[in-house]
Amino acid sequence: MGVGIEVANLNAWYGANHTLQDINLNIPANHATALIGPSGCGKSTFVRCLNRMHETNPIARVTGTVRIGDLDIYKDAKPVEIRRRVGMVFQRPNPFPTMSIYDNVAAGLKLNGYSNRRVLDEIVEQSLKDSALWDEVKDDLKKKSGASLSGGQQQRLCIARALAVDPEVLLMDEPASALDPVSTSKIEDLIFELKSQYTIVIVTHNMQQAARVAEKTGFFLNGRMVEFDATHKIFTNPSDKRTEDYITGRFG
Amino acid sequence: MTRKRFQLSLDELKENLLVMAGLAEQAIQRAIEAYRVRDLSICDLVSRSEIAINRLERDIDQAALDLLAMEQPMAIDLRFILSVIKINADLERVGDAAKSIVDRVRSMEQMAVAELPVDIPRMASLAADMVRKSLQSFIEADAEMARTVLTMDDAVDTMNRAAYKTLTKVMEEESHLAPQALNALMIARALERVADHATNIAEDVIFWVQGADVRHHKSLKKGPDPHAMGEAETA
Amino acid sequence: MSTVLVVAPLVAIFAYLIYKGASSLNLAFFTKIPKPEGEVGGGMANAIVGSGVLLGLASLIGVPIGIGGGIFLAEFGRGTKLANAVRFTADVLNGVPSIVMGVAVYGLIVTPRMPFSAISGGVALGIMMIPTVTRTTEEMLLMVPHAVREAALALGVPNWRSVLSITVKTASPGIITGCMLAFARVAGETAPLIFTAFGNSNWSVALNRPISALPLEIYRYAISPYDDQHRQAWAAALVLVVLIVAAVSLVRYVTSRGVLKGAS
Repeated sequence: MGVGIEVANLNAWYGANHTLQDINLNIPANHATALIGPSGCGKSTFVRCLNRMHETNPIARVTGTVRIGDLDIYKDAKPVEIRRRVGMVFQRPNPFPTMSIYDNVAAGLKLNGYSNRRVLDEIVEQSLKDSALWDEVKDDLKKKSGASLSGGQQQRLCIARALAVDPEVLLMDEPASALDPVSTSKIEDLIFELKSQYTIVIVTHNMQQAARVAEKTGFFLNGRMVEFDATHKIFTNPSDKRTEDYITGRFG
Repeated sequence: MTRKRFQLSLDELKENLLVMAGLAEQAIQRAIEAYRVRDLSICDLVSRSEIAINRLERDIDQAALDLLAMEQPMAIDLRFILSVIKINADLERVGDAAKSIVDRVRSMEQMAVAELPVDIPRMASLAADMVRKSLQSFIEADAEMARTVLTMDDAVDTMNRAAYKTLTKVMEEESHLAPQALNALMIARALERVADHATNIAEDVIFWVQGADVRHHKSLKKGPDPHAMGEAETA
Repeated sequence: MSTVLVVAPLVAIFAYLIYKGASSLNLAFFTKIPKPEGEVGGGMANAIVGSGVLLGLASLIGVPIGIGGGIFLAEFGRGTKLANAVRFTADVLNGVPSIVMGVAVYGLIVTPRMPFSAISGGVALGIMMIPTVTRTTEEMLLMVPHAVREAALALGVPNWRSVLSITVKTASPGIITGCMLAFARVAGETAPLIFTAFGNSNWSVALNRPISALPLEIYRYAISPYDDQHRQAWAAALVLVVLIVAAVSLVRYVTSRGVLKGAS
């Protein structure tokens, strides 16, 4: 089951660069929330603050609170623990190149010490089914390497890999931007199915995608969150002129 | 400014709609004039412009459809294009109403002139005013002006109901005037429809500019909509 | 065209070695130890085994330290002063002439109690392997795409585990190549062995005693006045080259099968 995310007074820096300023928002559980905004507006940084991946950069700094469920992820837990509860799928599919499909999906579990064969088999199968990839790979699980799949399949593999550790939240940073329209549609349909079990946050450049997939949408600009509202409202009648200028594509 | 081509397409769409509006307005004015002076040549003018109006309706709808498919308009652009499509339909109906009136004028040509206790000219001028004002509100993207059009509809409705009462009475009591009365009734009906279309156009302008759907809701037509947004500056 | 240019010298050397040395290859060569000076016959069995022992020792020292150093430089010490010092040291070590290396190890390890031993030879060769292995490991690790590391971290895998199980594994073909390069280089080193392993005409694989090695024997036989020994020197050179190529190929074969299929 997914949990809600509460963000309060979140500020983030890369060195001296104040990338996120005073972000406040509540992401609802078991919904998909989209984050849109121009390049460099901070939406990717924001999402990386939600699973403390922001910190993997040595010059990164964060202040403020992020509560996932009732856990303050910066005070009450270590990054490694958080990342097991908050999964992430990246813009470019990044399966582990030296591992088979099976090993890729099981990686999160195996590398954290799980070794029971039967349990792993079950989890791998379920995860691949949840990410709509099972039928396409079930005969080649251990024979084919993760990198031998097509782009769209690789991304679904990465989703399966993220799901295998049973997170509560799934963060997706432009998951379909490197994919063709058919693969994109498959991913979007997948997000629709996954919503009922997970809380999904999806960063996207593609507004139509946000519109197709997310109940709520947040618009980021220059490190601030300008507007956060029901998706249909943002796209038919936004409250802020800056939001409107962005979504109608009018700059300058 | 980005999306220049799109903006030009929107401007072109607006211009074409205004041409259509001009033709429709002109048709109504001519129809009313034809009624007033019983001039059949004016009737012919109206019949001919009907062809142009129908063709423009198709062209505007096609252009709007293309913009929706190709440009993925959002927010105010989307509302604008939607409004254009609806206003387009209403203008075409206004043209149809003008044609109805002109058909009635032609039939009345064969009949004796009758003095009927209905002020068709006044009703006509009110209806024409509403059309003009609603189109003006569209040109200027002025939602407040559009709202005033909504209030004018009641007057026309009242006059239409009165005309119905009066003319049915005439048909019952002075049956030799029945043909004229019937025609006058149908003209009144046509004018009432014109007023309705003007109201629709005004509602569409408010939807475009403020994102508020004020159709069929009496209270919303009164003051400013609490959910309404700022005035449109683009398109 | 460039393929031909690269392969040609290799082929030429090989051909010449075969021409000069193949005729001297016989069973005796591989099974007997050298005969006393002046006598005809005998073989280099002990040298072949000795080289194997020395290279085994060298790898035991050079590979772990080298890979460890490479991992440190690429993954844990990026940008630190310590890392810069380590890298600088490795580069310097690389440039030390092999004979100086031999002398240094001689001074450090060879003592009155244990003059000339296999251990000291192994140490000298091992130290010479370290810079190559370290630098290649570092470079191969740095070539692993950042995306792969991020994927591991995002799964909640601790950094050290991610480095070992994912990054190193991904870079392993390159790392192994680095080890092979270092191995091939030291396999033919003669100068450091002069002061450390010293050479031995008898069978001996004891680690604390002098031990024979192919390069040493090639050197000694080549400068001897006896024709028979010259012949054997050519044969030894051919055998040395063949053994190196065989060792490298074997490792390549074993690891390529392992890597492609994954660990399941």
